Amino acid sequence: MSVTVTVEQVTKSFGAYPALRGVSLAVQPGELVALLGPSGSGKTTLLRLIAGLETIEHGRVLFNDTDSRRLSLRERRIGFVFQHYALFKHMSVAKNVAFGLRARPRAERPSRPEIAARVAELLELVQLPGLADRFPSQLSGGQRQRVALARALAIEPRVLLLDEPFGALDAQVRKDLRHWLRALHDRLGHATLFVTHDQEEALELADRVAILNDGRIEQVGTPDEVYDMPASAFVCEFLGVTNRLPVEVADGAALFNGTAVLGLPDRSLSGPAALYIRPQHLGIVAPDGAGLSGMVAALRRNGPARHAEIAVAGLGKTLDVDLSNQALPAMGERVGLRVARGAVFPAPRDAAATAGTWPAEKA
Amino acid sequence: MRDLRLSLRASSGRSDPARLLFFALCFGFLALFLLLPLLVTFVEAFSRGVGVYLDSLADPDARSAIRLTLLVAAIAVPLNVVIGIAAAWLVARFEFRGRQLLVSLIDLPFSVSPVIAGLVYILLFGAQGYFGPWLKAHDIEIVFALPGIVLATLFVTFPFVARELIPHMQALGGSEEEAALMLGASGWRTFLHVSLPNVKWSLLYGVLLCNARAMGEFGAVSVVSGRIRGVTATLPLQVEILYNEYNTAAAFAVASLLAMLALLTLVLKSILEWRFADSIAAARGH
Repeated sequence: MSVTVTVEQVTKSFGAYPALRGVSLAVQPGELVALLGPSGSGKTTLLRLIAGLETIEHGRVLFNDTDSRRLSLRERRIGFVFQHYALFKHMSVAKNVAFGLRARPRAERPSRPEIAARVAELLELVQLPGLADRFPSQLSGGQRQRVALARALAIEPRVLLLDEPFGALDAQVRKDLRHWLRALHDRLGHATLFVTHDQEEALELADRVAILNDGRIEQVGTPDEVYDMPASAFVCEFLGVTNRLPVEVADGAALFNGTAVLGLPDRSLSGPAALYIRPQHLGIVAPDGAGLSGMVAALRRNGPARHAEIAVAGLGKTLDVDLSNQALPAMGERVGLRVARGAVFPAPRDAAATAGTWPAEKA
Repeated sequence: MRDLRLSLRASSGRSDPARLLFFALCFGFLALFLLLPLLVTFVEAFSRGVGVYLDSLADPDARSAIRLTLLVAAIAVPLNVVIGIAAAWLVARFEFRGRQLLVSLIDLPFSVSPVIAGLVYILLFGAQGYFGPWLKAHDIEIVFALPGIVLATLFVTFPFVARELIPHMQALGGSEEEAALMLGASGWRTFLHVSLPNVKWSLLYGVLLCNARAMGEFGAVSVVSGRIRGVTATLPLQVEILYNEYNTAAAFAVASLLAMLALLTLVLKSILEWRFADSIAAARGH
């Protein structure tokens, strides 16, 4: 009973502030798609537009072939889970879950025993049997989240929209609920769209990830695609590529301080550019054997992996190298760096101002 | 308020001269200006015995004043509840041109002298007023009659309900209502089953204050009513009429009714605050 949700060239602004600047996206039945982006990127606005809680300025949203503007909120049959769950404080868990069924017009409303049975079934589904008579204030964050989901599922939605579903939970509960939600989604087969600012969450949970920046979708793809083949400098930086090297592109190679550091298959590019390299794609080699050389400035542990910070000559900054698969250098040792992989994007217009600077957040 | 009480209790172990001074000032002031007048009201009311007190209340004019006051409150308070909810809903839930103006207008009756409000109604609906001739031609009485008193009372008591509701509704935010709409509830059902239950205690609080003011209003009603004994005199007006006639005991007897209303309001208000402190906190925080 799920539908395909198609968003076509949708724009939306709040006063003079453009929240969405022409966004297109399609979500198939059974697909779990993450809207990933920093705060203010428009991801929640997009979700609310699809739900019908905001009006569309230009463009359109389709449910299968039906324009959303021809459907009332009730007819859209969207299960929406709000960021802070928005449970009805003065109603018990059972009443909360039953709300959507009791709100149906008399002709479509199930009988009382049917509603009670459905509520019990849903509480079973979200693994909260026995909590029917509790009030939201008596529940933990994770329990509230599951009640909100049960309430949304009660109307037999055709699409499931979740706004920061794990945002208000602590780390362990988050992880558990993530797996649980994925399993539930696979079982129910909705078209599901969820908003998150946590890249790890998006990459782990979603079939496809849409990365939003400043009201535009920068890239849509499977987690592997966006991770391994970022389409823009923003995606690189947002997905935690910490090493950014200002380079000059010429003759199919990226040159740093006049020496080639990486060959490029795409020969159409030329001029100043930024080379993004993941820490695990930098290899430590003997000095003078490669285009990059520097000195080991720091060694540290980052979770399971050891990292080295290499102060590169002529850069004025250090590069972050993942040492998981290579020998540990000594502090202060002079080393060369070999770039195994990297992504090159033309430098932005204000390159002079940003050249040589690093993304603000370092892993 | 709770926090204040806690910190007072916490520091009560040591004697603090500044604190004692504040207590003395505060309670001295309250006793002198609030408690004492209340006491005097009842002392004077019973000064010539319980018989005179009861006779004063059984007087036809007094009974007419009681009836009129109850009637005015019974009309004005529900009307203000409806309009107040609508205004609060608009201000708390929607962004629109003139929203700030609406907020200022809601507060206007607090800043306008009630006498002026009464005079405006005379100017509009009085015999020499803008609509006077038309009203006379159609045989509609507003000024010096019940409609005028109700209008004046509505004006003066308008802010109470809306002002209680607005901060509470704003603090709650609209997401529960959005959730109800997403679940397929109609706007009306959402209002009845989600919005209203969420603010019911601050609504009741507003109603209580609104009612107390509606029954006690003097200035505006005094101007529009014409103070016709036994016809358009409400309780506060009746007190003044009797007092001006040097009928002190009867004046205080009627005044004691208003004092009891005030005490009752205070008790109910305290119960609400004590029992539903958390729900009201959002509205009371300012």
